[in-house]
Amino acid sequence: MLRLDQATVTYPNGLTALQPTSLAFRPGEFTVLLGASGAGKSTLLRCLNGLVTPTAGDVIADGVGSIVHDRRALRRHRRRTGMVFQQHHLIGRLTALDNVLTGRLAAHGFVRSLFPLPRADRRLALAALDRVGLLDRALDRADRLSGGQQQRVGIARAMAQEPEIVLADEPVASLDPGSAERVLSDLHRICREDGIAAIVSLHQVELARRFADRVIALAHGRVVHDGRPGEVGPRVLDVIYDRPPLPLVDAAE
Amino acid sequence: MSLAYDAILARDGAARLRRAAIAAAVAAVVITAMAATGLLDPARFADAWPAVVQLSREMFPPDFGRFPGWLRPLADTLAMSIAGTAIAVGLSLPLALAAAGNTTPNRAVYHVARLVLNLLRSIPELIMGIILVAMVGFGALPGVLALGLHSVGMVGKFFAESIEHVDPKPVEAARAAGATTPQVVWHAVVAQVMPQLADTTIYRWEYNFRASTVLGAVGAGGIGFELIAALRVLDYAQVSAILICMLACVTLVDGLGAALRRGLK
Repeated sequence: MLRLDQATVTYPNGLTALQPTSLAFRPGEFTVLLGASGAGKSTLLRCLNGLVTPTAGDVIADGVGSIVHDRRALRRHRRRTGMVFQQHHLIGRLTALDNVLTGRLAAHGFVRSLFPLPRADRRLALAALDRVGLLDRALDRADRLSGGQQQRVGIARAMAQEPEIVLADEPVASLDPGSAERVLSDLHRICREDGIAAIVSLHQVELARRFADRVIALAHGRVVHDGRPGEVGPRVLDVIYDRPPLPLVDAAE
Repeated sequence: MSLAYDAILARDGAARLRRAAIAAAVAAVVITAMAATGLLDPARFADAWPAVVQLSREMFPPDFGRFPGWLRPLADTLAMSIAGTAIAVGLSLPLALAAAGNTTPNRAVYHVARLVLNLLRSIPELIMGIILVAMVGFGALPGVLALGLHSVGMVGKFFAESIEHVDPKPVEAARAAGATTPQVVWHAVVAQVMPQLADTTIYRWEYNFRASTVLGAVGAGGIGFELIAALRVLDYAQVSAILICMLACVTLVDGLGAALRRGLK
């Protein structure tokens, strides 16, 4: 439903963040991107909704075509693609509900969006908050919520778009293990129930093994592994995190 | 579940209505103020139109005949703005530290510092200029003092505001490392707000350049003095030429200020 065709990203300073990469993402699949910081996870994710434009190659979305060469196609693709950010990107002084309603903006024109959105949209936003367990905090200011709750508001905002794809850029990197687990299982459950494809970058290998249908590992801007989570063994992890293989000979001496 | 949603939406709607009522009240005050000052009276504007046409015609073409004689006053104005801003910064920093809730030594000092800042801000620089001309005589000196003292009111308040919004975490770190209070203030508080302080200072310098032209009108030197002289003899061609020179200088100062700000980020 969404694929990269030899997509390459070279930044103006000459750094190639993504080597020529071809990947296809399938509907309803929960994909986890693993890799060290700077391996190209964020760049790859941002390519998938046009926040980063590939310097070569193409990104093609089913039904709309190339999102690199056609701005209208990009807007249509973004409307059905929810994004969850590491720093959740909420407006602290607005209520959780108003933040979630940002997800409904693309469904209306600019002038219409200056007035309170229709009741149907607000019910949809409340339902999204309900699904992440935050209905009772809907009218609290976003900056009054805990880190994990704020990230769940971020997920609700993405879900209010009624997306077909969700992209999440290290959604649990700044959370404690308990909150991380809760946030990720909410995201996983909702995507599963609604048949939404999710592409999530993570640092935690255990979380990847537990939730992923498919794991793509990146190192130095290149895909070094693409397969089922069970296949991510010590050898793959050594490649991802640049660790030298254990010196077995020395240990035996 | 649907009932719960409706209850929440009703509460949200009530909050929205309250905000709309406040906005309506503010709008009513603004419209009243506009009506009271004649802004909503089209007849006044219609009557003014012939005079606008007449004055515009007299201002054109601008008369740059006396341009060489303006260079010195322009330089004076520039010097006044720089020196005045320096006075303002020198006085504002200690006052701001006293007037910021998180760095003030005690409540009494806090209130006195706030009072001084309010006092300096509430005396317009033009009035301060007239008083200082009477005290120290004509020339650039009373202009510099008027600019500097009036600026303290605003610069000090902005400095204090910046200081109150510092991130408390690095301050805690410095304190935890055993730094004394003056060390904490300088190395953890001031170090954080340096870009904002520089920003305010440069903004104020730009403002002072414009304000110093007005001060010329009360005999405090600079290009403003030439401007008032031309206005007095109704030589509008010269007035427009001086205004163009001032526009060029203001643009130059603003550009310089913007470049400095970029360098300080």
